[in-house]
Amino acid sequence: MAISDITEFAHLTDADVEALGEEFDQIRRDVEASRGAADEEYIRSIIRTQRRIEIAGRAALFGSVVPPLWMAGAALLGVAKILENMEIGHNVMHGQWDWMNDPEIHSATWEWDNVCPAEQWKHSHNYLHHTYTNVLGKDKDVGYEILRVTSDQKWNPVNLAQPVFNTLLMLLFQHGVAIHDLDIDGLLKRDISDPEEFKAKLEQVGRKMRRQMGKDYLLFPLLTGPFFLTTLTANMTANLIRNVWSYAIIFCGHFPDGAEVFTEEQLENETQGEWYLRQLLGSANFTGGRLMHVMSGSLGYQIEHHLFPDLPSNRYPEIAERVKEICAKYDLPYNIGPFPKQFWRSIRTIWRLALPNRKAAAEQAAHEAEGLRRDGASTSPAAEAGRVQEPVAA
Amino acid sequence: MTAIGDSPLARRVRAAATRFTTPLLPDDYLTLVNPLWSARELRGRIVSVTPEAEDAATLVVEPGWGWTFEHTAGQYVGIGVAIDGRYVWRSYSLTTPPSRDGRRLVITVRAMPDGFASHHLVHGVEPGTVVRLAPPQGEFVLPDPLPGKVLFLTAGSGITPVMAMLRSLDRRPAGTEDLVLVHSAPDAERALFAEELDLLARRHPGWRIVQRHTSTDGRLDLSPATPPREGTPRSDRATGSSPRTALGDLVPDWRERETWACGPAAMLDDAEKLWADAGLADALHLERFAASFSGSAEGGTITFARSGRTVETDGATTVLQAGEQAGVPMPFGCRMGICHTCVAPLRTGAVRDLRDGTEHRVAETDQSTRTVQTCVTAAAGDCTVDL
Repeated sequence: MAISDITEFAHLTDADVEALGEEFDQIRRDVEASRGAADEEYIRSIIRTQRRIEIAGRAALFGSVVPPLWMAGAALLGVAKILENMEIGHNVMHGQWDWMNDPEIHSATWEWDNVCPAEQWKHSHNYLHHTYTNVLGKDKDVGYEILRVTSDQKWNPVNLAQPVFNTLLMLLFQHGVAIHDLDIDGLLKRDISDPEEFKAKLEQVGRKMRRQMGKDYLLFPLLTGPFFLTTLTANMTANLIRNVWSYAIIFCGHFPDGAEVFTEEQLENETQGEWYLRQLLGSANFTGGRLMHVMSGSLGYQIEHHLFPDLPSNRYPEIAERVKEICAKYDLPYNIGPFPKQFWRSIRTIWRLALPNRKAAAEQAAHEAEGLRRDGASTSPAAEAGRVQEPVAA
Repeated sequence: MTAIGDSPLARRVRAAATRFTTPLLPDDYLTLVNPLWSARELRGRIVSVTPEAEDAATLVVEPGWGWTFEHTAGQYVGIGVAIDGRYVWRSYSLTTPPSRDGRRLVITVRAMPDGFASHHLVHGVEPGTVVRLAPPQGEFVLPDPLPGKVLFLTAGSGITPVMAMLRSLDRRPAGTEDLVLVHSAPDAERALFAEELDLLARRHPGWRIVQRHTSTDGRLDLSPATPPREGTPRSDRATGSSPRTALGDLVPDWRERETWACGPAAMLDDAEKLWADAGLADALHLERFAASFSGSAEGGTITFARSGRTVETDGATTVLQAGEQAGVPMPFGCRMGICHTCVAPLRTGAVRDLRDGTEHRVAETDQSTRTVQTCVTAAAGDCTVDL
């Protein structure tokens, strides 16, 4: 059940929440004070590597009629797009690298290799999602206006088809992202709140789509001459690889079991400490090696990303250690699991919620309404996470 | 390679290539080969760092694509250098006229005692380092034709823009200028360009170059109280019992000369007063290394959204100054509109660029914001800045 008073839910006192906020503030100050040449070299080397991989992929496709080159080209280009969209684009647009004072790597100027215009992304994602994280009715990322991802969202017969919507969203993910900032809810209800703005945004999306699809599906295929068709299919495959991968990573951020949602009441007079607490309880991490984290835009550190969206992503591993300590100290859950497990939990929820709430789900909701358990047996974050990992009886 | 991007054909090629590299520019890939092959941001490579006088160095910079070499002697450039991962910007006068030294830019930097960036440029920067550049700016230039009688009044590193002017005049055939330079440096060790100035004086009979050392000669007296005396000896090293030398003693006819002055702020303030008192304000040109604000804005109430402060300002107060007065933590760098350290998102309302009067406006209903340089803009009506 959605949380309307996070302090009560976490069984913390106001003083605890304030102290917790102070500790998170201190992490921010420490990281900000220590940003330097090594961090600069990190982002520059990722950008250099990404551009080289992209060039290699495009070059391989000049022989796209040969199957190994087709496969190499599609794979390299897919990897390049993943890196660009996730570890570079997403993080640069969050302002993680603005401190370098380099207009070429700056949130104000970055445009990503994706059909979604950067400006609209910064509004729907940086502003709406990161400010109102997991607040029902405010954060459009809670189901992206087409999926029912929590039992708090009212069931509608159209939800029966959500396994299909979900699959389509996965395959066409970049296009879903592109229209995310549009008033889709208003469009469906035939009551767009600002038709002028809707039109302007739609035109902006159209322009970006033409440019993006023009290069991938027309110009580069033409450039490879007789291999037009094989280059075209390789480019489509590269975009598909990126779509499926980024979809999978992003669905692990807030939909796995244990990631809480909130009501608008929680936002009233919310303190900085409560804001941190909401980001912590509403997000989920996954484990993985360094390469896995770079390839997922450091979103395996979703909790750290939500606590500090504008600190450089290469610092999330060290931040995570301190966040875990704070969670242990205040007896708070730290939602983490292997990537396949977290992904399965998200998908299972989406499939299950295609149907109306059942008794078991209602029981789970009632259980959650009690808040985090405080019986000495589960004081460690792992044990708390264990609680939320209990599968709901299907 | 600098010509690339200049001709109409090259422009068309670039536009076509951008269709392939969108959302990036071809430049973003070409820099993988050569860091100078980009016109996205002006940049240059440090070719050499030559120690000059004590704590100063002359830097030769090879500019990348997009640099036009159209500066005028006396102008300055912005130079951005990465220190601890962060670009820090400063302005330095170009010390050579355009197109000299084979399409290189030359600046001379003095390491200031508490100057982090200048110290880095003099002592820390390696040849090969890629720096960012801002185009030449500044009104501190000579008119063409030159006025009949000229006075240059400089102190310390204030000699640098004048050096570019002298080098530019030196190249002109048969100079007949009546020109006086009075340059003050603390002592011989810290005197920039001493030998070259002596050489120029020997080469041009009409040039009179006075190099003073304030540790022995005292500071040049620019107070208006000292009346010009007649029959003052014209010594190149003014000495004597008086620790201070009046300008009138050194250059009795200073009132008849069109004057260019560059040096510490206190010296420029004195000069400004001296010339104003003599009713000659128009004959004095100063270089203060600051943005020249020709425009003014309407003024209004600025709301700093994140810090929740509100302040009423007039049209001459920059957003940066207004924020600082209100106690808002304001980022800033050069304070003259070149480095973009101070940029902040404008949420609603309008601000006006005080340099050229350009208005930046964000409508109430706009979802988007735009970033503005707070150090060179002032409120044009009520506005909200996200700081």
